[in-house]
Formats: sequence, structure tokens, C-alpha cells
Amino acid sequence: MSDKLLKVKDLKIGATVYPPGEKPHDIEIVHGVSFEVEKGKVLGLIGESGAGKSTIGLSAMAYGRGGVKITGGEVWVNGRDILKSNLGDIRALRGGEVTYVSQSAAASFNPAKQIMDQVTEASILQGKFSKKEAEARAVELFRKLGLPDPENIGNRYPHQVSGGQLQRCMTALALCPEPDLVVFDEPTTALDVTTQIDVLMAIKEAIRDTGVAALYITHDLAVVAQVSDDILVLKMGDMVEYGSVDQIINNPQEEYTQALVSVRSINHEEKEPTSEPVLRVQNVTARYKGTNFDVLKNINVELHPGQTLAVVGESGSGKSTLARVITGLLPPSQGRIHFAGRDLSADLAGRSSEDLRELQMIYQMADTAMNPRQTVGTIIGRPLELYFGLKGEEKRKRIIELLDEIEMGVEFIDRYPAELSGGQKQRVCIARALAAKPKLIICDEVTSALDPLVADGILKLLLELQKIEDVAFLFITHDLATVKAIADSIAVMFQGEVVRYGGKTDVLSPPFDDYTDLLLSSVPEMKLGWLEEVIANRKMESAGN
Amino acid sequence: MPLLVRLLVQRIALGLLLLFLVSILIFAGTIILPGDVAQSILGQSATPEALANLRRELGLNDPPVTRYFHWLGGVLQGDLGTALTSGQDIATAIGKRLGNTLFLAFWAALISVPLAILLGLIAVRYRERWPDKVISAVTLASISVPEFLIAYVAIFFFSVRLRWAPSVTTINDSMTLGEKLHTISIPVAVLTVVVLAHMMRMTRAAILNVMQSAYIETAELKGMRMFNIIWKHAFPNSVAPIVNVVMLNMAYLVVGVVVIEVVFTYPGMGQYLVDHVSKRDIPVVQACGLIFAAVYIGLNMIADIVSIISNPRLRHPK
Amino acid sequence: MRIPIAALIGLIFTFAYFFVAIFAPWIAPYGMAEVVSRDVWLPPSSEFLLGTDNLGRDLLSRMIYGGRTTIFIATAATILSFTTGSVLGFLAAVLGGWADQAMSRFVDLIMSIPSLIFALVVLSVTPVTIPILILVMGFLDSTRVFRLARAVAVDINVMDYVEAAKLRGEGRAWIIFREILPNALSPLVAEMGLRFIFMVLFVSTLSFLGLGVQPPEADWGGIVKENADGIVYGIGAALYPAVAIATLAISVNLVADWVLNRTTSLKGGRG
Repeated sequence: MSDKLLKVKDLKIGATVYPPGEKPHDIEIVHGVSFEVEKGKVLGLIGESGAGKSTIGLSAMAYGRGGVKITGGEVWVNGRDILKSNLGDIRALRGGEVTYVSQSAAASFNPAKQIMDQVTEASILQGKFSKKEAEARAVELFRKLGLPDPENIGNRYPHQVSGGQLQRCMTALALCPEPDLVVFDEPTTALDVTTQIDVLMAIKEAIRDTGVAALYITHDLAVVAQVSDDILVLKMGDMVEYGSVDQIINNPQEEYTQALVSVRSINHEEKEPTSEPVLRVQNVTARYKGTNFDVLKNINVELHPGQTLAVVGESGSGKSTLARVITGLLPPSQGRIHFAGRDLSADLAGRSSEDLRELQMIYQMADTAMNPRQTVGTIIGRPLELYFGLKGEEKRKRIIELLDEIEMGVEFIDRYPAELSGGQKQRVCIARALAAKPKLIICDEVTSALDPLVADGILKLLLELQKIEDVAFLFITHDLATVKAIADSIAVMFQGEVVRYGGKTDVLSPPFDDYTDLLLSSVPEMKLGWLEEVIANRKMESAGN
Repeated sequence: MPLLVRLLVQRIALGLLLLFLVSILIFAGTIILPGDVAQSILGQSATPEALANLRRELGLNDPPVTRYFHWLGGVLQGDLGTALTSGQDIATAIGKRLGNTLFLAFWAALISVPLAILLGLIAVRYRERWPDKVISAVTLASISVPEFLIAYVAIFFFSVRLRWAPSVTTINDSMTLGEKLHTISIPVAVLTVVVLAHMMRMTRAAILNVMQSAYIETAELKGMRMFNIIWKHAFPNSVAPIVNVVMLNMAYLVVGVVVIEVVFTYPGMGQYLVDHVSKRDIPVVQACGLIFAAVYIGLNMIADIVSIISNPRLRHPK
Repeated sequence: MRIPIAALIGLIFTFAYFFVAIFAPWIAPYGMAEVVSRDVWLPPSSEFLLGTDNLGRDLLSRMIYGGRTTIFIATAATILSFTTGSVLGFLAAVLGGWADQAMSRFVDLIMSIPSLIFALVVLSVTPVTIPILILVMGFLDSTRVFRLARAVAVDINVMDYVEAAKLRGEGRAWIIFREILPNALSPLVAEMGLRFIFMVLFVSTLSFLGLGVQPPEADWGGIVKENADGIVYGIGAALYPAVAIATLAISVNLVADWVLNRTTSLKGGRG
């Protein structure tokens, strides 16, 4: 077995499902996957949700989450098949040879115990180090991972450090017992983009310095390209393509891999400002009730008919608050909203039915944006009824037209939201907004909860619809790749202020202010060596530290 | 003031405020309701003189607010008034009975709390397997029957058929502890069964909730043994919910004790209360009601205080 | 639609109990307070299927009429507690602000006294009649329904689809009846079953303490009280209500569980 640290052969994994109205039964979710990891190498497992990547990653620790069971195949670690090991050996494996970094460090740390105790726990328990040795090693790892005050940070409790820092602590936890292999399960997905690259760099350096091997699980090919040696592409529990990182990124063979690589490459030409803007936000300042600071500070932006203004920023930048002010849910303390040639009442209650109709909204979570007890027909039909008084056959005809516009068939009309896929749900929400024949649609992170390929489909659909319906979009997002794909003008927000605003080309061309530079440079690119390049050229520390 | 201390002070102040409002409510409950209290005490056949006498005795001729503060002032000084029916001092009568009630409740709690936690843990450990199913079936059955019927079933079998212990449980000071315990063994067992079911169900839910946290998976992936995981990771986070469960059920015990004392003619607060409700002896009812409510509010307050203290975010602020 | 076996048994028993309660005068072999034998506590025989009680009345007839009284009081009190509690709970959630605060704090106050103790305090001054029992029980229990209804409605009220309806310009009626109510229904229906059981236990306990249904009117708690003395002579007449109450409570529980499970999983939405 020489230098093959991990060898997975024809792995099959099953799970018990509980469909409503049927008997619980077992299904296969991973259908025979094989791969190898050599000592000190990193294999990226990539795929969309439902690909089975986390499940496969955890099988390297002989662990099945929930009702998941490994039903076939072999998993060899350091020359023995761990699926045939007894429980004692598996425990030794988990605490020592193979360790795990989860997506949410915040949930994975015990809130009642100090970080140091949790980081050193496995090493001490397995008898690998004495308490003193383990703590010394933890401090060294904290330092290596770039955590502030490495000597003392271990004495803190998990809620006392930031999300990005806690994710690094989790990496320290995994590296502390000097494992041979670490399973990284989407370790940077929950972080803001500028924090993500710091953590990514810390993980990459830690892997390099300790010589540990890793399985790196993510849905983001650009991220995995930065840290991996090899990549395994998965789809619905099947292997799609397996090769070196260079081959997968630069010369993908399979159609699905090609689609993943070319995602986010929509080419949208910036449109020139037309006559009068449809929306003008003037000197808007706002704060939430019972707080004493402004979440929005003197905001001024404009949006022209049939165009897209992207409002981009990280969590806490105030971008979603701006949407609440425009919709009237949060009346501003100062400033006004000028819309379609008139001033809008600051308060929702003061707006006319026409105001409400012409200004529609699409939400991030299509799941919670639709009443689970209403059918697609009711959901799309309600605005038709309310605003245009359509009924019966006329209404049905229009619903079918709208379904057609979002590329869904008439058969969906009687379905409930729970019977739709994530992408379909978001499409129905788009149709509901379009049904009102609005002049402006506010899109609040509408693609953030979706897989990249599905998100791409939604963006293309929105661009298409914009051409047909001549509707303006106010597009709120944290994702610059989305911005590049869809915007005509861009407002960059940071701590409640617009720090950069203008046409897309101008905003995205140098010279940059420091924050826009940081934000732009933090978006992972599908390019080898990108991470090192960015870190070397940075001017500003990310906000998450 | 640190946040933790502030929250604790707030919670205690809230408890006292609640107690004050409850005293108003209990007082108001006995005077503002429709109908003439004196009339309903003496019945339709009462003579006008008797009614007038009783009204004077009850102070019904004073405005309600004056009567309330008079009553409250007395309560604060330990004077609960005199019973209408016997002319006895209520505080003296209650003192003895409260001790007896606490004696009964104490032994029921001593047995049921550890047993409930243990069984709750077993139910979690063998979740969806037969021990869990048996426990939940028994639980369902026992919460579907009122306490007093469980008590009679117990008397029927253990006292009448098997003759293990008496069904009338009078205790007095001349008895030794052993004798007392033997005397109250059936009521204690019944109270235990009644409280156990609720407590076990809630303990199971509380621990299960903690066991499903991501940090338990982290511990499992560190290769820890189940016992270690429960002891080192689940337990510290379960203390607050379990204490909460225990306190809620102790409050439940307070009510259960009322009925059980009547069944076993046990000389405690509950029997005293029920007895005087039928006799419409209002000062006694007010005094007993206030004491029961105070115990209930106190137990709930302790539960909240424990969960405030055990919250790591409050204990170790940023 | 497939009904699981446990729920089916629960449904059949629940229906049977209500059927017997409604048609008691036609089903009971003897009158409610009719003394049929000079011998008290006769053992079961072909003439008196459950024997006779402490006054020589037919126990089966007492049980049937008693079930009628108990079930009637529990049903009426449940309806009262449910309408009051859920209407006010929804209103508190939708209105928010001071109205919500006032209602919620008042409910906190009522709930800080154990229901039984509160009921005893009130019943010490009011005449003990069936309408007053229903009022007192319904009012005390509506606080629990209020809390549940408010919590469920608050959860739903913050959903994006409710916000979307507000942004669309829907009125308050549409939001309560079309957006919130359909999603709140199943937890409330399941809770209704549990409240009903609680009412059965509550009224039985009060009657047992002599502060509920007054003799000669029969009810399950009263039957226990009347026949309790027989226990020490080894006569089990007082235990029949235990069987009746337990089977009714377990049946309703099984139905409530099924309602809750079925509706939460069916449309994938929240319960």
C-alpha cells in the first residue's frame, strides 16, 4: 500500500428516507465511488447539493450522519480496511489519524467549554500528547493559522471570537493530534468573501507546513482549485470526472465539468443610462427602532428603466436594509424615495395600490417566500386577481403564459411549493413578481441559496425577462461574480455607506478605493495560483478579523 | 453592573412583582365575582342579621382596596387571619400542615427526580428501540389518568389486597421516621408515578435536543466514547434544561399533592384547602392559595435563575 | 388516504364515547338516579352489568350518564377556551405592540398560579353549577391556548410570504385567514385534543373533590367520590371511571398525534 494513505474502492452508501404517505425505505445515495489520496496531498471533492460529497468525506472516518449507512465497498486508511474495523479501532482512527473540519464551527464547538479544552481534547484522550504538550502544540497552530493573541485565545469561549477566527480554531482542533488526513467539509462557505480568503490561505499554509493530507469538500470549484492537487467531480452520488486540478480546470472532459468550470461567465454588456430614472434614492438615512446608530448613512443612488443596479456588500453593510427602506417596510429617518415620476410615501401604509404593484420583490429563500399551503396557481394568480381583477379562464390563461415565461409547464399549476426543486421555487417567485407588471423588481440575494448551475439559469432567465418586460432590477448581492454577470450600474456598500457608485465598467476599473479593491480581489477565480497572488497584493485587512 | 447580575436581579424582582400581583388576583378573585359572598357562604336561607354579622366580620363594609391592604399587611407580618368556621388562627394551623405537605413532597421528589433523569437518559440512549417505546407507552398511560384514580388503584391493590401499607395516612409527632415513611409510602409512590411521567418525557426531549447538536457530532468524530460524550459535552449543556424540567414538575407536584392528600386524608395543606373551599371559609382559602402560588412562582424563578447562570454567553461575556 | 392503525383505533373509540354520550338516555338500561336494588355494591351480574353503586343504583347507567356529563362539560369548556384563546392569540401576534404586551403579561400572571388552585379559590365564593364550572375551566385554560396560538402566529407572521402579502397590499383579513390560519391549523387542532383531555381530567378532579358536578347528577369524578369508601372493603366500583377516562384520553391522544404528524409532513410546510 506504500504511500497510499486513503484508498476508497467502489464505495456505496445508503440512507433511509421517510416520504410522506409511504413506508420508510432505503435508497442508495452514493453509487460506487473510488479514489485515492497520497500522503500530504489534497483531493477536492466537488459537486452540487445532493452530490453526496459530505457523505463520502465522512466515510473516511467510518461515520454516517443521521440514518446514513455505508452499504458496500472498501475504505482503506494506512493499509487497513476501516469498514471492517471494530469500534475501538474506529475511535482511535477518528481522534488520531483522520480528523474533521465542519462548515459551521459555531455549531461544532461546545458553547459551554473553552476553546483550548476542545482543541486538545482528542490528542489527550487518545494518549498522543500530554496536556502540556497538546496545549503547546495548539498555541503553535493558533499562531500558524494567523489567530490574534495565540497564547491566550484558547482561554476564550466559542462565542467570544468571530466566525472567521472560530473556523481557524476548528482547523487547529483538527490538526492538533497530528493526523494523517483531515476532512474539510465546506470550511469557508459560511464566511463573508473577504474573510473566506484569509481562512483559505491559513488552511492552505497549515496543510503545507504540517504535511497532512486532506479531503477538501466544496461546491465552489474556484475555491477548491486553490487548495487541491486532484479533483473528483460528483453528481447525484456518481463520479463524473477525476483528475489533476490542472486537467479539470483547464481541460475538462465531461460536459458537466465544463458547465461547472464555465459557470459565472455570463457576458452582459452595460447599458447606457436612458432618460429619466425610474428610481431615485435621495439622501436616505435610516435606523432600526430601539437602536442608536444609523444602518444607512446618506444613500444616493439612481436606477434607469429596464436596467439593473447591483447593490453589493458583505453582511452588515446595510444592503438589505436599503431594500426595506425602498419597499416602505422601514421608513427612513431622512431622505426620500422618488419612483416612476412621483415621491413614494415613506411608510408602507401610505402607498397606493399602484405604488405597490409597480414595485415588486423577490426573496433569497424561495422556501419561505411562498405560502406552503397555496398552489403555484394561487401564488401566481393572486397578484392578477388583486391588481387586474382577472378571474376564471382569463386568469388561468395568464398564469400559463407566466409559467411559460419562466420555462415551466402548465402541469405545475396545481403543485405545492414543497413539490418543486430549489430553482423551480425561485422561478415561481419571479413569475409572481412579473404578474404584477412592475416597473421595478427588488431582488434580494435571489441566487445565494442556489447551486451554481441553477443560479446561472436564474440569472440568464432574469436577463431575458428584463429584455421582454422592460423591467428594472435592484439586485442586492454579496457575490461579485453575480454582479459582473447582470449589472448595468453598481453601488458598493460598506458599513452603511455607498463607498463606490457608477456604471459597471467604471466601478470595476482601477483605480480602486481600498474596500472595493479588497472585495473585488477576494472573489475566487477559476485560476491556479490565484490565492497567493491576491494575498501578496492586498492593501487592506478583511473586515472579519 | 455585569449583564449576568443585572438579569438575575431583574428575574428576582419580576418574581416578587408577580407574587404581589398574584396576591391581588387571589384577593380580587374572592370579592369581585358576581353574587354576595356572605349570601353564598350562608346559603339562601340565612337571616338578614346573620348576613349583616358575617359582612361585618369579613369587613365587607369597607372598600375593597382598604380590605386588601389590611389583609396584605397582616400577611407580611405572618398574620393570616382567623378561620371563619373554627375561629382558629390560620397561621398556626397552616404551619403544622405545611410541614407535613413538604415532608410528603420531599420524599416524592427525592425518589422521582433521579429516577426520571435516569429513565430519560435510558430512553435517549435506546431511542426508537424497545426501552424507549415501553417508557413512552407507560408515560402516555399514566398521564391519561387523573392522580386520584391512580391513588385508588394503588390503594385497591397495595393496601386492600396486599396489605403493604395503610390507606389512611395520619402521621403525628410521636411516630418515628421509619413509621412515618411506612405510613406515607403509598401516597409517595403515587405522587412519584404522577410526576415521573411528565418529568421523564421532558427530560428525554431536553437531552435529545442537546444530543442532536453539531458539537456532539464533533465529539463523536474525535473518537470519544458515548459515556464521555454524554458526561463531558452533553451534560454541561443539559443542566439548564433538566433543572427547568425538574422545577416545572415540582410545581406540578404542588398541585398533585392537593388531590393526593384528600384521597389519603393526609393532614397537609391540600386537604386543609379543599376542606375549607367546601365550607366557603374565605380567609383560609386566600391564605392557602397564596402559599401554593408562592411556592409555584418560587420554583419557576429558581428554574429561570439556573438557566441564566448556566448560560455560557452570560457567564463569560465578550 | 391511509390511516395508521393506532389512529384508527383512537378514532373509533373517540367516536364511540361521543355516540354513547349523546344517546345516553336510549342506551342506559336504567335511569340516571334510579335506585334499582336494595343492596349496595352488588357485584356485576346479567341484570346489572357493572353491579350497583353505594346507593343501589345501576353502575353501568351511572357510568353512561356520567360520561355524558363529563364529556359535555369538557367539550363546552374546550370550545370556550379554544375560541377565546386562539382569537386573542392571533390578534396579539398580528397587532403586536402594546396590545400584545398587555395580553401576554396578563396571561403570564394567570399562569403563575396553578389552575387547580385558582379554580378552588374562585369556587370558594361562586355557586358550583355546571355553567360556572365551564366558564372557570374554559377561562383558565384559554391562557394556554393563547400562548400556543400566539407563538405559532408570531412564527408565521415573520415568514417572507406574509411580508410579501403585506407588500402586495393585502388587507388584515387576507393575512390572518389566508396566510396565517391555514399554516397554524394543524398544531392548533392537535392541541385541541390535548386540551380536551386536560378538561376531562380537570372536571373529574373537581367533582372528586366535591367542587364540581353536584349529586345526584352523575359524572365520572363524582362516581369515584361516591364509591371511594368501597375500596377498603375490596369493592372496585370506584375504579371503573379510571378505565373510562384512560381509554378516552389515550384515544384522543392517538388521534391528535396523527393529525399533527399527517399535516406536518404532507405539504412539507411547517406544522
